[in-house]
Amino acid sequence: MKLNERSVAHYATCDSPADHAGFLRKRVERHHHHAHHHGTSYQRRWFVLKGNLLFYFEERESREPVGLVVLEGCTVELCEAAEEFAFAIRFDDAGARAYVLVADGQAAMEAWVKALSRASFDYMRLVVRELEKQLEEACKSLAACRKSPRKSSSSGRKRHLSNPALLPLQEKPTTLENGYSTWGSGGCVAAGATCSDYDGGQTKPPPLPPRRRSGTGSATGSPAPGLSPAMLESPVSPETICFSKLHNWYGQEIAVLRREWQERQKRGHP
Amino acid sequence: AVLKKRLVKLVVNFLFYFRTDEAEPIGALLLERCRITKEEENVFSISFIEEPERKYCFECATEEQCQEWVEALKRASYEFLRRSLIFYRNEIQKMTGKDPLEQYGISEEARFQLGAHRQ
Repeated sequence: MKLNERSVAHYATCDSPADHAGFLRKRVERHHHHAHHHGTSYQRRWFVLKGNLLFYFEERESREPVGLVVLEGCTVELCEAAEEFAFAIRFDDAGARAYVLVADGQAAMEAWVKALSRASFDYMRLVVRELEKQLEEACKSLAACRKSPRKSSSSGRKRHLSNPALLPLQEKPTTLENGYSTWGSGGCVAAGATCSDYDGGQTKPPPLPPRRRSGTGSATGSPAPGLSPAMLESPVSPETICFSKLHNWYGQEIAVLRREWQERQKRGHP
Repeated sequence: AVLKKRLVKLVVNFLFYFRTDEAEPIGALLLERCRITKEEENVFSISFIEEPERKYCFECATEEQCQEWVEALKRASYEFLRRSLIFYRNEIQKMTGKDPLEQYGISEEARFQLGAHRQ
């Protein structure tokens, strides 16, 4: 399967900050027909988490990743392996391989599991939708508060909200291209305007386009009581097949390299 | 350049493309650090920061569809989503004085922080 690998490698190695990074030992997954293989082995790799993508490199200084795991439709769980500090990334798609990873210690393992559990695009989208709603509600409350100034403030709003002078008119966010522009610091307009003006047109990030339905329930339903990772299992969907293809894409290159290496070893060591 | 008919699917921050009669994709584009450009009628293109001259062109059936794709793809990257989150978080904090991520216990997460060097 083709992939825009130059861009992918560039995203992996560019200087945008990683969400997490560190050395992990990765269990080598072998196929059943390699009958001569006994036991499990692990390879130490440099892992970089950016967004919903987990890259791994042969060395920390390597310029290109040797692997990529797309963290959608997966769960991250502690692992009952012979190794201590092991955890696994498992996919809802039954055909997709699991990744067993081993950290250096308890703290490292917990940090990785936490970081990976919150890495999915779906999770991020859920949080954004929730905040979008909250912002709308806050704007409405503000507008209502302005209309009837004698009402006692509610929802824990601080004093500064009733003083519009403290809400300066700010730059509207520039239209975004992926990765090209940065946000201007958008904000509520000053006294005299209601929040509904602010919400209109280009002045706030446009609502996210409708996507495949979330398996965790309606995005427009009642507010989530808490967005703990345990409640946000990535939904199962046919698209996970696409991602297992992506995982295989890199995996195949490694399989080829390994076979070639093994051939050379055999020739050198009769 | 020859145009080939493809089924194109946007899934999170990946654009998968399929031969129209096949269930498995023949390729994918990761949509990070890319630019979506409206070209001539019914046509848009995707290009990437490090290779701006290389354009992946797509022709749609109608101009309306083309606009829908452009809008959807411009918002498709994880980094866009992250910036939206930071923006909303900031706005809510300014308006209510409270960090909306605190109630979820995720306010200290690295991935939700406003970093000047983020793109």
